[in-house]
Amino acid sequence: MFGRIYAIFQGRNREFLRDRASFAWNMLLPVVLIFGLSFALGGDRNAYTVGVLQDSDLIETDKHPFLDTRYVLFVPTHDKDDALRKVSRHQLDLLVEFGDVPRYWVNPDSSKGYFAELALLQSDAQATVTIEKERITGAAIRYADWVLPGILGMNMMFSCMFGVGYVVVRYRKNGFLKRLRATPLTAFEFISAQVASRMVLITCITVIVFTATHIILDTRMEGSYFTLFLVAVVGAISMVSLGLIISARVTSEELAGGLLNMVNWPMMLLSGVWFSLEGAGPFVQNLAKIFPLTHVLNAARSVMLDGAALADVAPNLVALTALSAIFIGIGAKVFRWGQY
Amino acid sequence: MTTVLEARDLVKQYPGVTAVDGVSFSVAEGICFGLLGPNGAGKTTTVEIIEGVISATSGAVYYYGEPAGTRFRQEAGIQFQNTALQDFLTVRETIQMFRALYDRKADLDHIVEQCSLGDLLDRDNRKLSGGQRQRLLLAVALVNHPRLIFLDEPTTGLDPQARRNFWDLVQSIRAEGASIVLTTHYMDEAQVLCDDIAIMDAGKIITQGSPNELLRRRYQGLIIELPISDLTDELRQIEHTVHENLGIIEVVTSDVSSSLQQLSPHVRNLNHIKIRQPNLEDLFLDLTGHSLRT
Repeated sequence: MFGRIYAIFQGRNREFLRDRASFAWNMLLPVVLIFGLSFALGGDRNAYTVGVLQDSDLIETDKHPFLDTRYVLFVPTHDKDDALRKVSRHQLDLLVEFGDVPRYWVNPDSSKGYFAELALLQSDAQATVTIEKERITGAAIRYADWVLPGILGMNMMFSCMFGVGYVVVRYRKNGFLKRLRATPLTAFEFISAQVASRMVLITCITVIVFTATHIILDTRMEGSYFTLFLVAVVGAISMVSLGLIISARVTSEELAGGLLNMVNWPMMLLSGVWFSLEGAGPFVQNLAKIFPLTHVLNAARSVMLDGAALADVAPNLVALTALSAIFIGIGAKVFRWGQY
Repeated sequence: MTTVLEARDLVKQYPGVTAVDGVSFSVAEGICFGLLGPNGAGKTTTVEIIEGVISATSGAVYYYGEPAGTRFRQEAGIQFQNTALQDFLTVRETIQMFRALYDRKADLDHIVEQCSLGDLLDRDNRKLSGGQRQRLLLAVALVNHPRLIFLDEPTTGLDPQARRNFWDLVQSIRAEGASIVLTTHYMDEAQVLCDDIAIMDAGKIITQGSPNELLRRRYQGLIIELPISDLTDELRQIEHTVHENLGIIEVVTSDVSSSLQQLSPHVRNLNHIKIRQPNLEDLFLDLTGHSLRT
């Protein structure tokens, strides 16, 4: 029995090690992620992000002992309304202003805001002037409201990319694509059919999940359902198209998995699914714009939380459409039907 | 007679290997053309170049005198040697899906009846037997009412009964006027189905013509088979032995009576002698010196 087990074990190991491309990706991916995240998030990860309302771009730590607190990223901010909106949307854990009358704003539904407030009040005991708490005007947004678009978007991303990427690679491996090649079907037609199929399926699933969540958790929905639906459709097309590029030539499921992970993980981390990138540098914030998920989440959150209209999210929709066109064009160009 | 298909000087090179080395042939309208050869001879590669599935290193393919293109794709039906179908689809759904890919559409009921798939229409593709699956793959190849059909080793792995049923099916399709290109390494299959054949080995066509013409050209008479163990040493030295394989000596003769008279003193047991017509396998063994089924 053990002989048979060992034979299979050895055979699988050889297969894995001799598939050099997959092996290389399995080795390379963690390295890329470690270096990428180190670069993106920069040294020690700050636990809290606090906006500092002031005219200057430089944080002057002598203004208040709180500004010396470790593991807190202080972000200079000049626009009070914008900063308050970010506090209410969990993009800033706290907003402070050290003017003549020191003040701070916190989202009562934010757990991170609660702990940041404790740190502020502790350090304030050492200050000469006591800081005053201000109320956020309008309803504060719960974390569930903020994170729901992120979770739906992430689910959409995984379903679109893995659902299409793996299937196309399997079709190529088992010869189904070769059979289709012998028909009048073109690569563009095949790719378009895959995009349409997955887009319809994932949009339906997303609508069902959204509806159920919206009813059960009473999540916030300020804007139009149609606009949100449009964001989901255009976003799904864009992410399926990206999955198709990755699977356009690959013949190994393991390599496809590696490549898809290489795109999915940075996309998930940099698009703001779980936490805001408010504290990240401009390079990272600009880099995030190349990912379809960033545009989907920005647009969806704007519609759901701020009541943005179609015109307001048009830049995101245009970006997603352009990305889709680029992805489908490249995918059709480099698409390979067979294994060789 | 009109030429349906013409392959001109096809070459396919892979690093270190020339899989197809200057193959040329033509297929007349309405015939069954057989491309024969052992595994690895290059026949599947040749056919896949013609089908447009892989590109040739050099050479050209013509369909009704024009470079094979859009018209060829619309009018050709193809059954690959190994084709996976989509999981979780029924036989009916599979046929309908492929039928929708063509402008020319065959009558669905006719295909189903012709390929005897009536009782299987609602069955999952994955639950078909080998013979049923081959019939489905043939039905898929017929969805566009093709004028030219490629069958790549369609009976490999089938039991004898399923093979013969498949032959009947191929003959019924041909009777409706379609031309057929059949690749196979079964010589009996080629002899039953093909009007014209080309035998390939090591990427080249080594002979071409109708089966009877090729056999007539090579052999004048019948073959006497004798077990080596039944022979005396003297007979082993005779010069007209055509082949020795698996313990059998084969002697070609145009005068069986005379040959038997000459042979009988040298054969210990006459009960094991067989007399038969030469076949394509004999021809291949003669031409290449190795077995067709290797």
